[in-house]
Amino acid sequence: MSANNSTLLSIRDLKVHFDLGGGGLLDKLLGKNPEKRVVKAVDGVSLEIYERETLGLVGESGCGKSTLGRAILRLTEPTAGQVFYRDRDLARLSQRQLREQRRHLQIIFQDPYASLNPRMTVGQIVGEPLETFRLARGREVEKRVQELLETVGLSKRFVKRYPHEFSGGQRQRIGIARALAVDPDFIVADEPISALDVSIQAQIMNLLDRLRREKNLTYLFISHDLRAIRHVSDRVAVMYLGKLVEIAEAKSIYKEPLMPYTKALISAVPVPDPQVEATRQRIMLEGDVPSPINPPSGCPFHTRCPYAIDVCKDVVPSLVEIKPSHFAACIRISPAQPHIEDVAPGAAPGLE
Amino acid sequence: MTMTPSSDGNLLEVKNLRTYFETDDGTVKAVDDISFQLKRGETLGIVGESGSGKSVTNLSVIRLIPEPPGKIVSGEILFNGTDLLLLSNEAIRKIRGRRIAMIFQDPMTSLNPFMKISRQLMEMTQLHLGHTKAQARDHAVQMLETVGIPDARERADSYPHEFSGGMRQRVMIAMALSCEPELLIADEPTTALDVTIQAQILELIKTLKRKTGTSVILITHDLGVVAGMTDHVIVMYAGKIFEQAPTKELFSVPGNPYTKGLLRSVPDPTAEQGKLYQIPGLPPDVAHLKPGCPFAQRCDYTQDICRHEFPPFVQLNADHYSLCHFAREVYSESGGTPA
Repeated sequence: MSANNSTLLSIRDLKVHFDLGGGGLLDKLLGKNPEKRVVKAVDGVSLEIYERETLGLVGESGCGKSTLGRAILRLTEPTAGQVFYRDRDLARLSQRQLREQRRHLQIIFQDPYASLNPRMTVGQIVGEPLETFRLARGREVEKRVQELLETVGLSKRFVKRYPHEFSGGQRQRIGIARALAVDPDFIVADEPISALDVSIQAQIMNLLDRLRREKNLTYLFISHDLRAIRHVSDRVAVMYLGKLVEIAEAKSIYKEPLMPYTKALISAVPVPDPQVEATRQRIMLEGDVPSPINPPSGCPFHTRCPYAIDVCKDVVPSLVEIKPSHFAACIRISPAQPHIEDVAPGAAPGLE
Repeated sequence: MTMTPSSDGNLLEVKNLRTYFETDDGTVKAVDDISFQLKRGETLGIVGESGSGKSVTNLSVIRLIPEPPGKIVSGEILFNGTDLLLLSNEAIRKIRGRRIAMIFQDPMTSLNPFMKISRQLMEMTQLHLGHTKAQARDHAVQMLETVGIPDARERADSYPHEFSGGMRQRVMIAMALSCEPELLIADEPTTALDVTIQAQILELIKTLKRKTGTSVILITHDLGVVAGMTDHVIVMYAGKIFEQAPTKELFSVPGNPYTKGLLRSVPDPTAEQGKLYQIPGLPPDVAHLKPGCPFAQRCDYTQDICRHEFPPFVQLNADHYSLCHFAREVYSESGGTPA
């Protein structure tokens, strides 16, 4: 799919660093925070997002996936790098120019309880973008709002109700209706189903899929839920401590993860099948995810990687096309030797 | 407190439990006449979505239901043959923590943020096991080591906020198991954790269970976790048990439409799928349940009788029950042979 469609968004070496202070003279004198502390939430990510695809972005807490999603839309300001949308670098636009572009790029938030203004009616929430972008006025707005509610499977009667009168799943639908109001090209869905019950998750995933087909949308679907990601995505990108470590077609990531972190991630997902669960071999990682404040040197995963060798702490691996359309960042594998279990101990074929 | 011998190797027997809450909206029958058993050494999974009553069930077992607005209206909770509902507050306090321990979803809210971890652990054994300060401290460090806290001796004197989510959950487990309870109730212990940390914690619970022989009740909405961790499963919906079976049976030959729906709506990562099966509609308003089956509006098998008559609890075979007018048909369809 990726080869046939054109690129909608091109992200180049995007960085989002948060300065926590420290390292100043006073800090040194007082003995606290003698080092400058920077949270490298997103640390040099390059990515293409193709038209009409759903790109899944997966990773655990602190990997930077939500920050990446927000930085693309400049809800969080990038520290460095470029975000090209149809030949315009969003990161360089003025506020006014950005506002015009925002019409094409929307977001659905994780928390259906926090992302809707409790003092606005559903009608006002869904209608607001139409007025902000001057896409409709008066009766037109009402009509469009009703259409949108129907599109997301909500009754027109709900127009005058307030968010607190709805369940989590319904609120998420309201958030989706709001994102669709301006007829965007691209939607960042930031953990859109995590807060919902299992049976409702399926409903929302199906809804998003149908909308994508009907309206030719492109999604960046951010989630820590690997099963959901696998189901909705065409391609999947895996992040770890601010870096992209693997990207491939969804079924390849699942069937044949190449980078050790991805392998551990996939193996950790519980499968609803007692036979499989009883017999599977899991890759257990030791300890916690290191802090994104001053992350490990070299490959960020080397501190927990069962295959790490000495040189892993010195070299930051780049994403290499190990198999066709399957990229992984690991110096211990190469196109000639894609499976790390078969690589000789101590060898790093990716460096040669 | 004298221990009466339990019947049939059952550590816990819950009989006809009813826990209701009085709200402005009416009486919420959070748990409405449920019965189940837990055999010694086994892990029982309780699965359900929001409003199913799974958490209230477990809070009822250890009598942590706030009264008012809640009340355990009727039923028996036999722990080793003794009915916990008949005990005085003082007697139940001796059991809680010592013989029945509980770990919750969010370790940050269950740990005292103002107390060092060591002190919180020591409190348990000083109170329940009569340890001296020195004994308690040694035991605390040992427990922290057992649950895999690195540098346990040094870190014992840290505060909860100095630990990550996964580590805090390990501390909770250490606290729960420090008095070697007979029963551990874990309420969504890994829902708030990353998937690789979840795998570690679940593996830890499994290992400790093997070492100490503790019986476990595991509450979760994640069917994958149920498949990997439990021997028997109870599926709850609207305060009732909809299906009850050994784990392998529940997954291979479900006998209830709700269970079937749930199993089908979890994406299968190993297979290509088109549209995901979805259970239509919303979970019911437990304060205003309509007559008949609470799942009737959302069920693929609904017929007239379902909307008018409450379904029977049908026994499908030795250990497998389903609350449904068409339990036998659903079971046969799954490939089961009703006894």
